[in-house]
Amino acid sequence: MRRVVVTGLGALTPLGNTVKEYWEGLVQGRSGAGPITRFDASKYRTRFAAEVKGFDPENHMDRKEARKMDPYAQYAMVTAQDALLDAGLEEFKVNGERAGVIWGSGIGGLYTVYHEFKNFFEGDGVPKFNPFFVPKMISDIAAGYLSIRYGFRGPNYTTVSACASSNNAIIDAFNYIRWGVTDLFITGGSEAAVNEPGVAGFNAMKALSERNEDPATASRPFDLDRDGFVLGEGGAALILESLDHALARDARIYAEIAGVGLSADAHHITAPHPEGLGATLVMRNALRDANLSPSEIDYINVHGTSTPLGDLSEIKAIQNVFGEDAYRLNVSSTKSMTGHLLGAAGAAEAVACILAIVNNTVPPTINHFTDDPAFDPRINLTFNTPQGRTIRAALSNTFGFGGHNTSVIFKAYQA
Amino acid sequence: MSDIANKVRSIIVEKLGVDENEVTPEASFTNDLGADSLDTVELIMEFEKEFSLSIPDDQAENIQTVGQAITYLEANAK
Repeated sequence: MRRVVVTGLGALTPLGNTVKEYWEGLVQGRSGAGPITRFDASKYRTRFAAEVKGFDPENHMDRKEARKMDPYAQYAMVTAQDALLDAGLEEFKVNGERAGVIWGSGIGGLYTVYHEFKNFFEGDGVPKFNPFFVPKMISDIAAGYLSIRYGFRGPNYTTVSACASSNNAIIDAFNYIRWGVTDLFITGGSEAAVNEPGVAGFNAMKALSERNEDPATASRPFDLDRDGFVLGEGGAALILESLDHALARDARIYAEIAGVGLSADAHHITAPHPEGLGATLVMRNALRDANLSPSEIDYINVHGTSTPLGDLSEIKAIQNVFGEDAYRLNVSSTKSMTGHLLGAAGAAEAVACILAIVNNTVPPTINHFTDDPAFDPRINLTFNTPQGRTIRAALSNTFGFGGHNTSVIFKAYQA
Repeated sequence: MSDIANKVRSIIVEKLGVDENEVTPEASFTNDLGADSLDTVELIMEFEKEFSLSIPDDQAENIQTVGQAITYLEANAK
């Protein structure tokens, strides 16, 4: 099978609207959370989120185009363009028949659904749905728009597996390239659910932190007082290429994808398996696929959403899989800074892992105040400050409601 | 120019993202102003909303230029 490398990155995150600002935010240990500005949240249990800031779609596309896209699709267009530019592909002639787009979004156009329904319920009962309602809402449309803009006529679709969505997208793109179906992909994911139903829906599940008095410290994975995740939004894009294709055009190579894993908990729609059964399996599957031993992984970017149960079961799984090596490697949850980007989390965290490898720096788990005795203190959770170390390979976990588990292993590129 | 004509022109500018000076009476939504079939449906709906009327489908099919829209609305808007 062919080797697959990462040659371009794009990011639009609560920490910054470019890859550079995102990485700076991660190593500075900044929080992207703050009071909700998207709507009046004064009656909501949670009144803060990790929003994308200062984003104006009309800086990136004309008004007519922007108006027809849900914010999640706008985020896709912007991050994909940044990644293509970063990969030097805007000037490079790509064979469109050998290039594809696989995008991830857990929810799709929730903003559009909400506003269209609201108009209908507030009206006289005569349906006056906008003709763009369906194409704005559906979660596959971002992949369609990207193919149209760039003329990529290879495989094209969106993966939907809740918070694992964009890892699934990366996994599929990786597979099609290594199997020889396609030479190049735009992949990644985006999500824009900081709106009335997004916040209220997760609130109703008691999934969100309600630390309204101090949003910046609310996402605190592995801390004794963690009380739920912080809703984030944004997107991230990766350009994946076969190694041959990248070398032939003399591309800069960030890292190589070593292997991927998939599994299901087969346990409960939203609760993680208490012993981390599915999480154990997915990491084992990824290591086997990558032909790497636990001793060769130096960093795990965990799903680590700052929920009481999820953080526990994931650490159990890491101990199951890595044994003594669990005490040697670094673990961190960048969601402590970005909040939880849902379907875009895998892509955003892939970018974090790749830059961690390139910079030999582990971004921290911020907001650690009180140890939780449930976690073995020998596990290095990279609390509060980044740590420098040589990172040969990094494993990125994302898990989604429904019990979907995904792992992607990135490794330092060596000719 | 009538109030109706001005409103029609500004709706077209807003929805199709075109320059005001392109919105001439002869301009066709699809051939000159870059509208696709969905844009055209949206325009008709916008006219219905703005002028509080309902445009039957068989008449909407005959509204293909800026001038046709203005003529129809001047005759039918309350």
